[in-house]
Amino acid sequence: MAPPANRRSGFSRRAQYSTFLHYAAGFIGAVVGLILLVVSIVNPDAFSILRGAASDVTESPAQVVAQGRGASQNFITTVAGFFKTGSQHARLERELAEAKLRLVETQAIRLENARLKQLMNLHEDDAQPVAYARMVGSTASSTRRFATLGAGRDRGVAKGMPVRSHMGLVGRVLEVGASSARVLLVTDTESVVPVRRARDGVPAFAQGVGDGTIRLRLLNLGLNPLRPGDVMVTSGSGGLYRPGTPIAVVAQLLRDGAIARVLSNPSDTDYVVVEKAWAPPPPPPLPVVDAKSRKR
Amino acid sequence: MPLLSRPDGTVRQRINRRPSVIVASALPWLTVIAGSIMPGWLLIASAPVLPPLGFLVFLAWRQLRPGLLPMWAGLPLGMVDDLFSGAPFGTAVLLWSVAAIVLDNVETRLPWRNFLTEWLVAIGLIIAYMVLCLGIANIAGAAAFIDVIFPQVFISVLFYPLVGRFVALADRVRLTAFVAAR
Repeated sequence: MAPPANRRSGFSRRAQYSTFLHYAAGFIGAVVGLILLVVSIVNPDAFSILRGAASDVTESPAQVVAQGRGASQNFITTVAGFFKTGSQHARLERELAEAKLRLVETQAIRLENARLKQLMNLHEDDAQPVAYARMVGSTASSTRRFATLGAGRDRGVAKGMPVRSHMGLVGRVLEVGASSARVLLVTDTESVVPVRRARDGVPAFAQGVGDGTIRLRLLNLGLNPLRPGDVMVTSGSGGLYRPGTPIAVVAQLLRDGAIARVLSNPSDTDYVVVEKAWAPPPPPPLPVVDAKSRKR
Repeated sequence: MPLLSRPDGTVRQRINRRPSVIVASALPWLTVIAGSIMPGWLLIASAPVLPPLGFLVFLAWRQLRPGLLPMWAGLPLGMVDDLFSGAPFGTAVLLWSVAAIVLDNVETRLPWRNFLTEWLVAIGLIIAYMVLCLGIANIAGAAAFIDVIFPQVFISVLFYPLVGRFVALADRVRLTAFVAAR
């Protein structure tokens, strides 16, 4: 089929002008886009209010969709469970027997721990959750890994707070709206979390790759001590993430680190906990006392 | 036959009707905006897996009915997409406007239109769009490698004809005559 003939403006002045104006408007759109882009690259927070307002507006329908999403996941799990029930039952019985043994050991260790802490005069500060909320959306079609949380300033969520599920660390709050917040997931390439191996504390950095895995970079170069199956937990360096929150399991070794699988897969995560940042921000630098005021 | 009786007994006039002006003009915009917002709701993704539906719908409207969405449509629609896509604000405004101009130029140069050529042109635009989106996100602070978007490009390219069918369906709905003409 030939393209429509009315594209050609011919001798009609009016048609010529309108074609020209349409193209000019298109170019102006592109130029405006370029300016907006430069502004948002120079100052990433420039449009956070707009984004917050947009996610506030769409939050309530997103909550409904999220409920449906959870229900359909439950349905699929139920059907799958029906087929796997026999082998799963046998495996669970085996694991239960092991776990009973472990439980006794753990109780002994906990008692000893409490005794040692008493000895050293340490007192425990429990994680005080700020809010429980549902993950209502994410940027599924972008290379960036952001998720939208169904709680915002109305429930005390503030910028920088870590977000975790019962499985492990999910991310941290990046922007806060009135009733929703934007979370930077740990799988985003901009997210860097200081971690250590749960067993013996080998320190590393966990940076997202962008495809759902995490790249572990060891702090100490040399022989790679990591083994597949090692569990990495947050180390608490930097003061943002509470130490000991599980984050990932080593899957594949590299020369200077490893690729790890995230423990709390965001697609399985229904409800998450928003916690306070672990340590308070460092105090401001001491005011400089200049010589004049000291003389007086 | 000016009168048509329905199974439930009501009688409805079939001729002398026209499509609603509001639906006819607003539906393309609404479908693009829905395409921008919906993918974020479907799943909490840990990798880019869903096609950029907003861009695909925008492209399909421009291919199906050139001139229905004006040349500057990339400005407002791209802004809406930027609010939800996670890319730096302005990415879609720039790329959608440029895509509209490029598509218009290609279509004036192509002597014929058929399914295959339209799809090939769209494939070129989709791949360019995704690679540029990745590049812009990387300039703005991310550090993702290009192989992250391969699955997404594959899915989007195969998904595009389906989007085209959906847009054609929306176009029929748009032009359905259900308002009585005076």
